[in-house]
Amino acid sequence: MKRPQTLFDKVWQAHEITRDETGQSLLWVDRHFVHEGSFHAFAKLAERDLKVAHPEQTWGIADHYVPTRSRSLDDVSDKIASVIRLLQDNTKKHDIELIGLDSVHQGIVHVVGPELGLTQPGLLMVCGDSHTATHGALGAIAFGIGASEVAHVLATQTIWQTKPKQLRITFEGDLPLGVTAKDMALHWISQYGADAARGCAIEYAGKAVRDLSVEGRMTLCNLSIEAGGRIGMIAPDKKTIDFCSSRERSPKDEALVHAQTYWNELKTDVGAAFDREIVIDASQIAPTVTWGVSPEEALPIDAHCPDPKEIDEPNKARQIKDSLAYMGLSDGQAIEDITIDRVFIGSCTNSRIEDLRSAAEVLKGRKSLVPGIVSPGSTQIKTQAENEGLDQIFIDAGLDWVESGCSMCVGMNGDLVASGERCASTSNRNFKGRQGPGSRTHLMSPAMVSWAAVHGKLADIRTFKREGEN
Amino acid sequence: MEPFTPFTAPACALDLANIDTDQLIPARFMKEPRSVGYDNFLLYDLRFDENGELKADFPLNEDLNQSCKTILARRNFGAGSSREAAVYCLVDYGVRCVIAPSFGDIFSSNSVNNGLLPAIVSESDCDLLFDAMEGEIKNLSVDLEQQSISIGELSVSFDIRPVWKKKLVNGWDDIDLTMQEEKEISNFQQAYFSRFDWLFNSEDRK
Ligand code: SF4
Repeated sequence: MKRPQTLFDKVWQAHEITRDETGQSLLWVDRHFVHEGSFHAFAKLAERDLKVAHPEQTWGIADHYVPTRSRSLDDVSDKIASVIRLLQDNTKKHDIELIGLDSVHQGIVHVVGPELGLTQPGLLMVCGDSHTATHGALGAIAFGIGASEVAHVLATQTIWQTKPKQLRITFEGDLPLGVTAKDMALHWISQYGADAARGCAIEYAGKAVRDLSVEGRMTLCNLSIEAGGRIGMIAPDKKTIDFCSSRERSPKDEALVHAQTYWNELKTDVGAAFDREIVIDASQIAPTVTWGVSPEEALPIDAHCPDPKEIDEPNKARQIKDSLAYMGLSDGQAIEDITIDRVFIGSCTNSRIEDLRSAAEVLKGRKSLVPGIVSPGSTQIKTQAENEGLDQIFIDAGLDWVESGCSMCVGMNGDLVASGERCASTSNRNFKGRQGPGSRTHLMSPAMVSWAAVHGKLADIRTFKREGEN
Repeated sequence: MEPFTPFTAPACALDLANIDTDQLIPARFMKEPRSVGYDNFLLYDLRFDENGELKADFPLNEDLNQSCKTILARRNFGAGSSREAAVYCLVDYGVRCVIAPSFGDIFSSNSVNNGLLPAIVSESDCDLLFDAMEGEIKNLSVDLEQQSISIGELSVSFDIRPVWKKKLVNGWDDIDLTMQEEKEISNFQQAYFSRFDWLFNSEDRK
């Protein structure tokens, strides 16, 4: 009898070209995305006078630096314009398709890949960006790589990797009302730590995961790296296959039939072994926000910040003290008492149409007490949202409706949170200075960001649902 | 890449966990070409105040002539983004080894690809090393072949994946290695293309 395999084993095996005596595997790469930041890798190629081995399996996408207030490079600083131009020049030189500023498909790489149908179950995908795990929501092995590795993939269409350990996280039961994929991720990371999945490929399983939409699954996989895991996967099911069958770049006709047959086989066999298993009761998850400077520093919205005086372990107490000081919070402060200066709705974590709908639902007919921006994950999503009238809800609430890009998630394009300002954000990193020097970030779901905007402070989304009911 | 050889050189202890890549190099500096010297950006917002002056209380700022080759830190060093620029900062500064109980995965492989050793020590050995450093800049020895670190009388061992050790010791570059597998790759490709024929149809590209 064949040894039972995990989903990850199957996809890994299909891509393994050879293994060396140290146990490293040389893997075939199906899809490779490059962005503006990949200029270091192209410089390495140029140094050695190497060509791109498979330009037809490589796509350039402009997202990290693109302006969101305009679509013209004339409106941005010379330095920003030059990194975007470098991507244009490098893709042109190597005959790589560019989804650039003026493309109707432009957007954040991890939103665009699935949306266009470039992301498919069973593929091996890489990108010089740590949130590449997002694509794993469709059953692909997808992971972020550094510039040296990007150069290697460009030159050879392969990558050396040591097979990671495997971790299965099973979310049993049903999510309570108002609790989303974002809360699932922040919850489990806060329980197990920001390095809990270090060295691991994660498979997310269980009823609460199956019940998520494809978009929600992308949010969950997206945050794998915030627990230290490079890879997060979910086995394809009917929802996935429907999603992947109807995209512009999906296989067509007979090819689609072949593909679907294969996609249907991609699941973890009964009895397959994982190095580690975590089981979480989804019904116990509350709407969750981060209070500190690491994604593990997260708590239910109705909790209080920790008090370092009550922590026995000195290192831990010092860390908490440092985080509270950076965030400008007092020991044991109620999270619902934290006032905000700004909101951001966007990023590869939470900027898909479903996210915008849930944020708009909360803001409809209400005003935001603070300024903020809403940046859709892709230009297609922007158009769709405008067709649904969501843009007007955000604008009427007082927020800025802008073009698609990474925007305030990382601030590379100049969309920054000012020093000392506090931002309720749908993005994925609350690191010190992530949204700008001295910025303070609280991560949460899109609906929670809207609800915080309405109150000018962090607020429990479950109270919105209750008001809606009566 | 230069092979990694044993050295004894000044080291600096940063008593912080979760020094993520956004702290190692804030995003705003990443537009710069490597030729400007990324050491200028290393830990920028921790090292410099709003006016661009060195902060007196940041330990690395005691390294007046930029001679530190080792950094000692707490768990989860280099977590976060895949930006290899975080490694360029360290390497351009002159750092050849970072010691911590754990590292971000992508940071570790980026390090090795740039000749920087991510040395994993146990939490208790990490405590011993911090004690031995006494919050000062001190000479520390690193021997990759022996997998050992020492300060004065204290000597502890560290972990590193065998393949990374091999790459560092030999100064190997992956692209050269892979080019030697050319035949394997082309055999694989043929079989792969026929098995996954739908991936390579004309619809795939405009
Ligand atoms: S939206 Fe943020 S996390 Fe996502 S790819 Fe862009 S910068 Fe990275």
